[in-house]
Amino acid sequence: MVNQKKTACGVNYDQYIYRKILTIVILVILTFLTALFAITAGSADIPVTEVLKALFGLGAAKNVLVTVNIRLPRILMAIVGGIGLAAAGCVMQSILKNPLASASTLGISQGASFGAAIAITFLGGGTVMGNTADAVTVNNPYLTSICAFITSMFVTFVILGLSKARKASPETMILAGVALSSLFAGATALLQYFSSDVQMAAIVFWTFGDLGRASMQNIQVAAIVTAGALIYFMFNRWNYNALECGEHTATGLGVNVSRVRLIGMTVASLTAATIVSFVGIINFIGLIAPHIMRRFVGNDYRYLLPASALMGALMLLISDTFARLIISPVILPIGAITSFLGAPLFLYLIFKGVSHNAEN
Amino acid sequence: MLKIDALEFGYRSNRKILDRIEFDVANGECVAILGNNGAGKSTMLKCLNKIIAPQKGRVVVNEVDILRMTRLDIAKNTAYVAQKSEGSQITAYDAILLGRKPYIKLAPKKEDYEIVETIIASMGLEQLSLRYIDELSGGELQKVMIARALAQEPKVLLLDEPTSCLDLKNQLEVLKLIQNITKEKEIAVVIVIHDLNLALRYCDRFLFLKDSEIFCYGGLDIMTSENIGAVYQVPVVVESYQNQKVVIPLT
Repeated sequence: MVNQKKTACGVNYDQYIYRKILTIVILVILTFLTALFAITAGSADIPVTEVLKALFGLGAAKNVLVTVNIRLPRILMAIVGGIGLAAAGCVMQSILKNPLASASTLGISQGASFGAAIAITFLGGGTVMGNTADAVTVNNPYLTSICAFITSMFVTFVILGLSKARKASPETMILAGVALSSLFAGATALLQYFSSDVQMAAIVFWTFGDLGRASMQNIQVAAIVTAGALIYFMFNRWNYNALECGEHTATGLGVNVSRVRLIGMTVASLTAATIVSFVGIINFIGLIAPHIMRRFVGNDYRYLLPASALMGALMLLISDTFARLIISPVILPIGAITSFLGAPLFLYLIFKGVSHNAEN
Repeated sequence: MLKIDALEFGYRSNRKILDRIEFDVANGECVAILGNNGAGKSTMLKCLNKIIAPQKGRVVVNEVDILRMTRLDIAKNTAYVAQKSEGSQITAYDAILLGRKPYIKLAPKKEDYEIVETIIASMGLEQLSLRYIDELSGGELQKVMIARALAQEPKVLLLDEPTSCLDLKNQLEVLKLIQNITKEKEIAVVIVIHDLNLALRYCDRFLFLKDSEIFCYGGLDIMTSENIGAVYQVPVVVESYQNQKVVIPLT
């Protein structure tokens, strides 16, 4: 329920708020429609009515298998992963006062890659089943995910530890992230250099990112972490708004800036690390989705957070559907597609621009 | 009533930035903090609402030491306007609504919106209310930040060089606004300011900081060429023009 607010100059505050809410509602509808299209589209030619039946476990066993076991987990992971990565990116950009902040720029993705590479090289996590790209597989996904998660969280804690020692300034966090990102990228390259062809193929395959590798249990874990993070972020939306006016102003408004920054970073990194460890590297969503929505709803985190999260889900869903359909039955790597589709859109928005004026 | 008692602050080294700072500000009174660059004026202001925690001393607002309060409670007692506010894509209305943050639990109540709109109307900010603050001029932004501070319903208002980036017209407008607010709302106001003539025109008392300590504190009687010359190391004369003291540098 929005309060009926009208400023003395006759401009309706309600109307301004409704526009932001309408943007969020449109994103919900678009995400739902895209999910509906995604579940009906694929190399297996299943009519829409059969897909809907299959969702309830009815109809031919093959249809149920394709719809419920293959397409549905991908779609759910795209929605959960997109929401998590975009919300985490949005908060990182706020608390680090840096428009380039995301899981990738802070070394979390590179940390995860290194963990996965360790699992594949030393712990027998990967192998090749044949000669095609599809035959490369990570044969122990749990082990790989756990290693990826541990190393990405290690990166997070090193950044937080260094920042705590330096009073958690955004510059320290960003610089520590850049340094660790470079360190782990180098370490992964060294592991690849000394690994066998099979292992190297598996490492590269893992870093491509693939929504299809997440099991329903993985999705449940990611959903719980993402939901918890979103609740925490929304609870802190006024703190993020206060930070928009500067650190000292925020402190003067009663915000414990260091605490908001450290806990926010931990929760955002945990969310990103969980998703990345299940599906591999997915670039750009955490960076671009919040930026796109800033152009539509401004920097008011009451609306920017849910709008960014939904935009992340929509972008990942569209990218995955595109990756599945464009040269079906081959599925293109999702990380490449998110960058491929996201970058031109982002450039268009930067140069063409959407009106910044809240009054328009 | 704001009372500062034996306030001390220093960074890592032993050198003190602030030493034995003691003064008081009555409700409805505006005190100008004056002194050279690096004298500790802005640091002192930040110590007064614990943006920087002082090592010693007390900051008493209506008989309560606010340095012992939680950050949220401090924000309900003192409001701070930074020297340079950062622009962002949030509307002036929402920026002023942020002043209600210390009082907001989950979402703003009807009362919060009413307070914000009363301030917008009283300060004549209606035309700006739905514009993003990064599109406002320096003077407009400063007024919005003062409005945001007033939305906190503070007992003490701390302003760090609120006119430093403004043209003459906006300097006069903003300081007149602050003067009116001080009297109307009976708030104790502490303002860091460089322009001695603006301070003379709009402030009630004056505090000179020199070498980390208070050099002198008082009313118009301390605004002498000797005191000003000693603090700034610049020869000046203090003349009277239309019953108003003015400081004229001699170099």
